[in-house]
Amino acid sequence: MILTRRTLLLGATATLAGCDRLGRNESVREALFSAENFHRWAQRSLMARDALAQEFRPDQISPIFRANGTANPNTPAYKALWRGGFADWRLPVTGLVTRPLSLSLAQLQAMPHRTQITRHDCVEGWSAIGKWRGVPLKTILEAAGLRDSARYLVFRCADDMGGGRSYYESIDLFDAFHPQTILAYALNDRPLTVANGAPLRLRVERQLGYKQAKYLMGIEAVASLDGIGKGKGGYWEDYAGYDWYAGI
Amino acid sequence: MNSQTPNETGTVRRHRLSTRLWHWLNAALLYVLFTSGLGIFNAHPRLYWGHYGANLDAAWLEIDRFPGWLTLPALYSLAMSRHWHLAAAPIFAFALLFYMLWSLANRHIVRDLAFRSDDLAPRHIWQDIKDHARLRFPTGDAALRYNVLQKASYIGVIFILLPLIILTGLTMAPGMNAAWPWLVDPFGGRQSARSLHFIAAFALVAFFLVHILMVLLAGPVNEVRSMITGRYRLPEERP
Repeated sequence: MILTRRTLLLGATATLAGCDRLGRNESVREALFSAENFHRWAQRSLMARDALAQEFRPDQISPIFRANGTANPNTPAYKALWRGGFADWRLPVTGLVTRPLSLSLAQLQAMPHRTQITRHDCVEGWSAIGKWRGVPLKTILEAAGLRDSARYLVFRCADDMGGGRSYYESIDLFDAFHPQTILAYALNDRPLTVANGAPLRLRVERQLGYKQAKYLMGIEAVASLDGIGKGKGGYWEDYAGYDWYAGI
Repeated sequence: MNSQTPNETGTVRRHRLSTRLWHWLNAALLYVLFTSGLGIFNAHPRLYWGHYGANLDAAWLEIDRFPGWLTLPALYSLAMSRHWHLAAAPIFAFALLFYMLWSLANRHIVRDLAFRSDDLAPRHIWQDIKDHARLRFPTGDAALRYNVLQKASYIGVIFILLPLIILTGLTMAPGMNAAWPWLVDPFGGRQSARSLHFIAAFALVAFFLVHILMVLLAGPVNEVRSMITGRYRLPEERP
């Protein structure tokens, strides 16, 4: 048996090409995508509902917290808000709630807050540790009075991802009421910078970076994700095939 | 794998069904995991030590990217690489767990893998190294037992490398970081775990290459047949 480098390379390439073809087959794709359900089920079976993501000491904070995704929404509407120091910015909380809210930044900052030094894990593989301060989402949902039919919270953002589509993300109630799930207005003891999502971003610490929606413009409580975007629950989920459950 | 008399076809039973199934399942899964893992790595081809690490932090390894003929899918897609990787990983992890338990139950570990007292005598180890270097493979009954270098590499892979790659993989998951927060610290943080995951993957590739070389040198038809049917033709005694 003569195995040359060339045949090995050809063999490897042919096998990979075979896997590639498999990856385009609809039922194979379905099987591969369904691993998300297993991971969500397995992780949530292993963790208590309020199990906290690791928190760190101040000396463990990354020297520079890397900003990713949109660095500046740069839309005329966002620029106008930014110029006014976000004094005119409001966060509407709508959908399946009994008391819809419209909160200003000053109102949010006056609410009881939580501070946490956590690790931000990007889907790409890097991590950054930062100190966040914000209002627990639970506090806001209780103020708005979530209806029993509500199953998900959808977050609408100011950044235009092209084609007139703004970024959006969603989480379910398991994470929405988690103590570390906060609407953060400060990073490392300073107001959020534009690159990091000013004036407000979501922190959902048991999931990957793309769930941490920046530039929040509204929160909507819904019963199903079907009517949101293409129905997968988030911008990257709909347009790049990312998993909705980003716990791994 | 005790001393056996060859049957009418001149072969003896060598590998159990559990070993054979696990072997071929691993061959397929590790292939998918390695190539999709390289695809994931290409999303951020830098490695760090510690809890955090991103572009502005010091990396101990930075490459351009792995070429498309090595990655799954060939055309960069972090989403598809992750789907392949995260679908194969749990099967791979549970297969290892079941194999370990099964091998404990059927005494494969105790009988075939565990070192015997005379295995570890320096003279014996030295002899084994010399035999390997001269490509003098065991014959007759001795070919039925694993030699000490084989045992060391199988023990190293099954009990160190494979658990290491699974556990470091788990620690990279933010959900597991909440479920089992104690798991990441022994590895020195998430970015260290990611580095160790990468190193373990290439250690497995090194094992694979030596493994293939040994199969080719020891007689590929006989070796591959024994891993498919379980039956092995004993190499004849050297004169």
